[in-house]
Amino acid sequence: MSNATLVSTTVNGDPVQFACPTDESLMTALRNRVGLTGVKEGCGTGDCGACSVTLDGSLVCSCLVLGVEAEGREVTTVEGLSQDGELHVLQQKFIDHAALQCGICTPGFLVAAKTLLDRNPNPDETEIRYALAGNLCRCTGYDKIVRAVQDAAKDMRKANKKRR
Amino acid sequence: MRYATPASAKEAAGMLSKERGAAFLLAGGTDLLVKLKMGMVEPDLVVDIKRIPKIDQIQTSAKGFVIGAAVSGSMIGQHKGLKAAWPGLVEAANLIGSDQIQGRATLVGNLCNASPAADSVPAMIAAGAKAIIVGPQKRRTVPVEKVVLGPGKTCLSKGEVIEAISLPKPEARTGDAYLRFIPRTEMDIAVVGVAISLKLERGVAKKAKVALGAVAPTAVVVPGAARALVGSKLDEAALEKLAAACSAACNPIDDKRGTVEYRTRVAGVLAKRAAKIAFQRAGGVL
Repeated sequence: MSNATLVSTTVNGDPVQFACPTDESLMTALRNRVGLTGVKEGCGTGDCGACSVTLDGSLVCSCLVLGVEAEGREVTTVEGLSQDGELHVLQQKFIDHAALQCGICTPGFLVAAKTLLDRNPNPDETEIRYALAGNLCRCTGYDKIVRAVQDAAKDMRKANKKRR
Repeated sequence: MRYATPASAKEAAGMLSKERGAAFLLAGGTDLLVKLKMGMVEPDLVVDIKRIPKIDQIQTSAKGFVIGAAVSGSMIGQHKGLKAAWPGLVEAANLIGSDQIQGRATLVGNLCNASPAADSVPAMIAAGAKAIIVGPQKRRTVPVEKVVLGPGKTCLSKGEVIEAISLPKPEARTGDAYLRFIPRTEMDIAVVGVAISLKLERGVAKKAKVALGAVAPTAVVVPGAARALVGSKLDEAALEKLAAACSAACNPIDDKRGTVEYRTRVAGVLAKRAAKIAFQRAGGVL
């Protein structure tokens, strides 16, 4: 491998090391070197959001980040959503509402929706649609996805209340 | 491709100036990585400025704000002080792309990409923003309207790096606004963009600055449009003069997103609307 650089980073809470060429995207590194194939390649140019991950808590397209930029950062992918084998409530609601067909866009929608709900636990429909405008779905359509996010938000608010 | 993470803007400038091959600066990467993927650029060296201390911070002082070159759109959107001072500029910055793009894209990147349709550029101009430029030897400060020379072209010489954007503290009773027209609700490139800042005195516009985007090879400052507003309470006659001056300043291209005629007309319409928002934000009563 020419120009391979060793990158030490944190992915979904675990320390991870990988070596990648300097011009390789974080998306490719996560898929091919870390084995997290929940990160999907749609357009590769930041338009479709299928490769969405968070980088130090910020929602980004991992196709527009170099793998080497992840040095010392914290990355969260869709694989980081479930805890102890339990699906995240957003994942469960996507199933309940049939908010997916082919599934390529789903991981990106889940990561983007989680980022939205972490910031705004009670978004209205317009806020959800704007927050998910960077994620394209070409089969299910957006209504079911919006309903799933609304339903998940409702459950998450209830759970938070109980915890208090 | 070599990848470097300098510890200061001066070091970044030194690396860029010494490089014999194709060297590119990386901040948010939302333009550079697309060009890389498309094969439009083949860098020998990429200089990532994000490890430079304070470059991802917004600093507030009595003079105003200094927005580091790696501050993302979402950080700008979350900064209460900046939002209160220059809401039009914050809105313009937040119009760019999706939440994913906002997580990375920067004001300096929007400026240096030098697209005629860059949303934040007219808003920075209207707010009186300046680019703080660091070269291998010396620093200079340039008003934002002087940075872009044409599509894809800036005034930066080899090795020069824009370290930050400085914004003045707004004078009392100042308001700004930015409006753009796109055929969609989101995720599109401006067909026309209009930014206006106004300062009022006793309910009357005392100072104004008007800048247009996407209607010429660079963003354009329209002094005639500002003159149309000064001395008025934004009555219909003043707004008509403003619209006429904005339309007259247009020199757009014809493309699938808008014809010359359409862009010229819309520039005037949006200017009137933006002026009203800026006026009300400055405390004016319409």
